[in-house]
Amino acid sequence: MPETSGAGTTGATAGAGTGATTGATIELENLSKRYPGNPNPAVDNVNMEIKAGETVIFVGPSGCGKSTTLKMINRLIEPTGGRIRINGEDVTDIDPVKLRRKVGYAIQSAGLFPHMTVAQNIALVPRMIGWSKARIASRVEELLDLVGLDPGEFHGRYPRQLSGGQQQRVGVARALAADPPVLLMDEPFGAVDPITRDHLQDELIRLQHELHKTIVFVTHDFDEAIKLGDRIAVLRERSHIAQFDTPEAILTNPADDFVSGFVGAGAALKRLNLTRVRDVEVTDYPTVTVDDPLQEIFNRLRSSGTNEILLLDKRGRPYKWLRRGDLMRARGSLARAGTLVHDTVTRDATLRDALEAVLIDNAGRVAVTGRRGEYTGVVDMETLMNSVHELLEADRLEALEAQHELEGARADRTHAEQEGNGGEAKA
Amino acid sequence: MSFWEYLGNRHQQLLTDAYQHASAVFQCMVVATLLGVLIGVATYRSDLAGNLATISTSTILTIPSLAMIGLLIPIVGLGVAPTVIALTLYGLLPIVRNAIVGLRGVDPSLVDAARGIGMSRPAQLLRVELPLAWPPILTGIRVSTQMLMGIAAIAAYASGPGLGNVIFRGLASLGSANALNQVLAGTLGIIVLALLFDAAYVLLGRLTIPRGIRA
Repeated sequence: MPETSGAGTTGATAGAGTGATTGATIELENLSKRYPGNPNPAVDNVNMEIKAGETVIFVGPSGCGKSTTLKMINRLIEPTGGRIRINGEDVTDIDPVKLRRKVGYAIQSAGLFPHMTVAQNIALVPRMIGWSKARIASRVEELLDLVGLDPGEFHGRYPRQLSGGQQQRVGVARALAADPPVLLMDEPFGAVDPITRDHLQDELIRLQHELHKTIVFVTHDFDEAIKLGDRIAVLRERSHIAQFDTPEAILTNPADDFVSGFVGAGAALKRLNLTRVRDVEVTDYPTVTVDDPLQEIFNRLRSSGTNEILLLDKRGRPYKWLRRGDLMRARGSLARAGTLVHDTVTRDATLRDALEAVLIDNAGRVAVTGRRGEYTGVVDMETLMNSVHELLEADRLEALEAQHELEGARADRTHAEQEGNGGEAKA
Repeated sequence: MSFWEYLGNRHQQLLTDAYQHASAVFQCMVVATLLGVLIGVATYRSDLAGNLATISTSTILTIPSLAMIGLLIPIVGLGVAPTVIALTLYGLLPIVRNAIVGLRGVDPSLVDAARGIGMSRPAQLLRVELPLAWPPILTGIRVSTQMLMGIAAIAAYASGPGLGNVIFRGLASLGSANALNQVLAGTLGIIVLALLFDAAYVLLGRLTIPRGIRA
């Protein structure tokens, strides 16, 4: 087949630097899809620039054309108008089969071929572009490892012998097999249970940290969009872009009623998911260690402005909360005094997790720990409220600034067009 | 002469007839399978063409086999030709129908996935759709074979090969000493052949249906 050998060369270059390949830019220009017999286009003039290595989420109500737009990028659905450029190369008219071998594609419920083993499924694209057997075999092992499946155990299994989550992992591995710069994902986690979905989302974030692909991801779940996206395109009917911005900007400054309706209630709560404890200022609490002499502990308790003091164990981990009087009541025995620390949050926890811990704690504060569990500070209700206010304010300012810039750019353009040379300048 | 004595005396002739019977059915089945799958592949994507293919093959099946062979004699003459044509035509229906049903039954999301990862149209068909449609197609082949076993006996009417000759000879000389033995031997021979073929298909299914989709 001449076609296979032709694709082999392009595929080999795309997969040359395994692991090192980063994403490609995607530009959609006036992309449209009309179906015959329907006066309204299914997708109407989508313009979008996606940066290399970026995760962009298309989110919108069902039937808004988000899936259609995605499928036009690898031309599973042929656009009736507009251009698609991947890494600057116009792919609107090239052989779609060649295009698709350079673009990873993962779909809902994985779409694994049931008559092939896991290894055969993953090996499909590398085989089509003519990799050697040895290279394919090592790539399959590598990918299974990458998506968190034991190669020895899963290599020879058939899809029906896997759980939904495992199938989805294999589906992602198959999409990544030839190391494509671009990965298209069409509601990939739509058919798995919420717990598995959460795991898979975390895995995807981890993968993307390693791989830096350009990912276009379709979902109707706004929370999933916030969690995964570097930028989110909120689409309304006919794939009109209602807002295309960072999750922070969409949460704090929705462009219109449609977007705010889609964001749903609790935008401030959702915002908490986007910030980690390490990004906010934690309060420093007076601490003592179990090795300190009792007298010292008394003195610190008395001199500190707070009612409480945190007792750390030998390795610097939060151990007990001591209140004034606790030591008296326990007649000077550290073993009996105070209340044990139940819950701590790590510096990598989201503010939402921290809030949860603070709400549950009977004194409304929670200790923050570092990587080895050592004490680094305390978060309480007040810190949380202050930081959320600051965050929201900062987001709002940023969004306003961006809006000004946009308007400025638009004004410049109209100005240039009115002067008559805008057309050439743009082209 | 008892039935067993008859078998002992004539086993040479009977084995030759049985071999020719089996060989005719087998060869016609190969042709019918190839044709049937091709027709299925060519028509399954269109409602109209698919239905047309099913209806025309089932129309062929409603023609009585004796009439079909009788009608073929003036056109292609006596002997092997009318037998092969008739058997192949009768064998088509179950295969065409099952091929169409099987190919249409492939999960559209799998075809979408196959296209999406960059399979060319022939690759989609050969690597995904046909392997997934193979179990129903194989069932069609089994049904066809059973049917052809019986119909092949009629071919003796057009001087075709096979066990039909023994049966016809017996029927023509009813009342004579060996008439019943002949009819009985021919009929039983066909049944044994049919069972042997069926066993072979079970084995073929074991060998060709991937473990991932075996029921």
